[in-house]
Amino acid sequence: MTATAPAPTTDEAVLVRGITKRFPGVIANQDVNITIRSGTVHALIGENGAGKSTLMKILYGVQKPDEGTLTVNGKQVSFSSPMDAIAAGIGMVFQHFMLADNLTVLENVVLGAEKLHGIGDAARKEIQTISEAYGFELDPDELVEDLGVGERQRVEILKVLYRGAKIIILDEPTAVLVPQEVEALFGNLRELKRSGHTILFISHKLDEVLDIADDITVMRRGRTVGEARPEGTTKHQLAEMMVGTELPSPQTEESTVTEQVLLEVRGLSLVNERGRALLSDIDLRIHRGEVLGIAGVEGNGQAELVETIIGMRRATSGTIELDGSEISAWDTRRRREAGVGYIPEDRHRHGLLLDAPLWENRMLGHQTLEPSVKGMWINKSGAHQDTERIVQEYDVRTPGVDTFARALSGGNQQKFIVGREMSSAPLLLIASHPTRGVDVGAQAAIWEHIKDARRKGLAVLLISADLDELIGLSDRIEVILRGRLVAEFDPQRVTPQDLGTAMTGGGKEEAS
Amino acid sequence: MSIVSRVFAALLAPLVAVVAALVITSLVVMLVGGSPVEFWGIIFSRPADRVFVNIVNQSSMIFLSALAAAIGFRMNLFNIGVEGQYTVASYAAAVFAGAALLPGKLNILVSLLIAMAVGALWAGIAGVLKVTRGVSEVISTIMLNAIGTTLAGYLLLNYGQQYGSGRRTTPLERSSEFTGWFPFTNADGAVWTLVILAVLAGVGFNVLLNRTRFGFDLRATGMSETAAVASGVDVKKMVVIAMMLSGAVAGLIWMPALFNGAHYYGPTFQAGLGFTGIAVALLGRNRPLGIMFGALLFAFLNEQSNRLTLETDISPNVVQITQGVIVLAVVIAYEVVRRWRATAEQKAVTRKLEEARPTGGEAVSA
Repeated sequence: MTATAPAPTTDEAVLVRGITKRFPGVIANQDVNITIRSGTVHALIGENGAGKSTLMKILYGVQKPDEGTLTVNGKQVSFSSPMDAIAAGIGMVFQHFMLADNLTVLENVVLGAEKLHGIGDAARKEIQTISEAYGFELDPDELVEDLGVGERQRVEILKVLYRGAKIIILDEPTAVLVPQEVEALFGNLRELKRSGHTILFISHKLDEVLDIADDITVMRRGRTVGEARPEGTTKHQLAEMMVGTELPSPQTEESTVTEQVLLEVRGLSLVNERGRALLSDIDLRIHRGEVLGIAGVEGNGQAELVETIIGMRRATSGTIELDGSEISAWDTRRRREAGVGYIPEDRHRHGLLLDAPLWENRMLGHQTLEPSVKGMWINKSGAHQDTERIVQEYDVRTPGVDTFARALSGGNQQKFIVGREMSSAPLLLIASHPTRGVDVGAQAAIWEHIKDARRKGLAVLLISADLDELIGLSDRIEVILRGRLVAEFDPQRVTPQDLGTAMTGGGKEEAS
Repeated sequence: MSIVSRVFAALLAPLVAVVAALVITSLVVMLVGGSPVEFWGIIFSRPADRVFVNIVNQSSMIFLSALAAAIGFRMNLFNIGVEGQYTVASYAAAVFAGAALLPGKLNILVSLLIAMAVGALWAGIAGVLKVTRGVSEVISTIMLNAIGTTLAGYLLLNYGQQYGSGRRTTPLERSSEFTGWFPFTNADGAVWTLVILAVLAGVGFNVLLNRTRFGFDLRATGMSETAAVASGVDVKKMVVIAMMLSGAVAGLIWMPALFNGAHYYGPTFQAGLGFTGIAVALLGRNRPLGIMFGALLFAFLNEQSNRLTLETDISPNVVQITQGVIVLAVVIAYEVVRRWRATAEQKAVTRKLEEARPTGGEAVSA
């Protein structure tokens, strides 16, 4: 969306050349090169842990690089503190706001910069000028505690501008905003660009990056791995650059579906205590090596279906057969022992003990199975070793297996859960929204693991709100609506639009 | 975290709590017109030999009581009913032991089992009510305390032996008594033999909770009931079992006294230990080692405060304020320290991730 912007000038606002930063034992940034053109919005994207934060800190003078050079407006610089960076015209807006709630906008802005325009009318006038110039719509005398999130962010930007910054670093500025606020922010950023400011925009939301940026630099594992222009670049290509592997697509896999039925559900109904039918007469079968996707608008019985199959709820009527055994009378533990793996929709509520170490979480759901236990005793070393294995094989990024589950990022928690559920040679894997709330890298890894499960001959029940994910991974898709399976689709031929229509009850699809 | 800061973090909360208790108690002592210097002088003086023996004996009972409460707490069950459970169990065990149906030491062993069984059943009522009728165990155990105490009193009144102005159960035969261990002179009294029950129960608690599958299920249910259900724990069954286990340990609380000092259930029965146990369990963070220190501290304060009556005008009840403040301060301080550590660990992980990833010299493809 660069239509309104003037042709960017050619001189470089910031030149990063060969920056390397080592911490004891590790390298956070390695040979990083970025060219930020003056008067542009430059996006820096990458997964969590790709080295964006370290680079930002170097640009803002919080940390000093071990090697490499930094050139600002043609002058080579060496910052030893943020004060130097501010003096060189660089300002930074942190993800977490640093504002005093009980002070006014004016007071917050002048705090620490009293020498510029004093603390009285001169400062007020300056703030009003900036606010009007960029459409911030801020009243200098309003208390910050009365402001919304979007307005607070504008105060932060105003603070930076007030100090004379021409180059502004924004750290994941949209993470805290609702879509309307994002639009407003982008409007402000375009205004800033028009008046000659340079913006470094850090994000991992690819849609937004394509919307606002003039140039894009991708970081992965501490290095800058690619540059792109939003014109002619797709989200998919950016995601691939960030992750470094191909994302799954529907055509890449041979079918592994066999004739053997592993899960057969017949006439399954569930009525709650107030007599409302949550599931009505569900029939489904999943074969060895098959992924059955369930599409549906949330709250149409997906969660209930999963919980009935795993045994957390008891079916009112109907049968569930796992590999030929009727299991509907079994409790959850017996079903799990019989080979049902479960990746729950809400990993914090159902998948983890957040305040227990990883090795204890390895036992959760498998506390009757080797190698976590020996008879009635916990096998601590066995659980430890097997947790190490999961951490290795599933690329769970953690300092160790004694770390509490709570401390891990969402993606790593989820990779750990996938690894755990694949551990006891399951027959059936229930994956409920397996990539919800995880970053792109973990998403690709989890997709790969689900494909792998299919190759190994598991039956996979996949529930997801992400239609691309369903289409990309499933061999067959059933649509659930108000507790009934209403349509079946062949993912090779279905479009998200078709699914969307069926999910909302439009038309009677019986395509296949 | 380095070892120094780990130790610091572990000791910080109790230290803050003790300092707060010292300060607040001093203020209270001044408020009632006493001298804090005199007060603490007495409390912190070297206990007499006789008092040493009492402290050990008393802390064994407080320890068992706290352990009983802790079993429930570890599963988020608030068993307030330890008081009622050990009252009923003590009465039943004393009646059985007094009847002398079995010879000598065998009588003691079976009496202990009966105490555990009765305590377990009494607590089990609350467990069953919770899982079948959804009755909060807090309410039902408090009510069962009243019922249990009244029941034991009623039975004693109607079937007990007249003894002075009160009534008692039939005293034990000599062969079913322990002599105990005399660390000082005979006049200073004996450390009860069944103090060993506290040690065994503490070790058993640790092994059960940390080393067995059952203990894992119990802790998992306490940490997250929803996750436990999804992992295949039958939470209803666990509630009943945990309540009964808690009650069984509660049943043992007064047993050291019965077979060493008391010899019968009657006016000398020591009530109130069930509530002390709840406070000590909180103080000890539901861990046996912490509970041990808590029990010793409480017993120490109780015993030392007896001298206040003789030597000063300060009421020994002031010590209860000290105990209360310690518990409150510990609970608050631990929560603060816990949050601080959680944040620190999260930061450590983030730092590790930011730094640990870019080590690879893998091929660049873009």
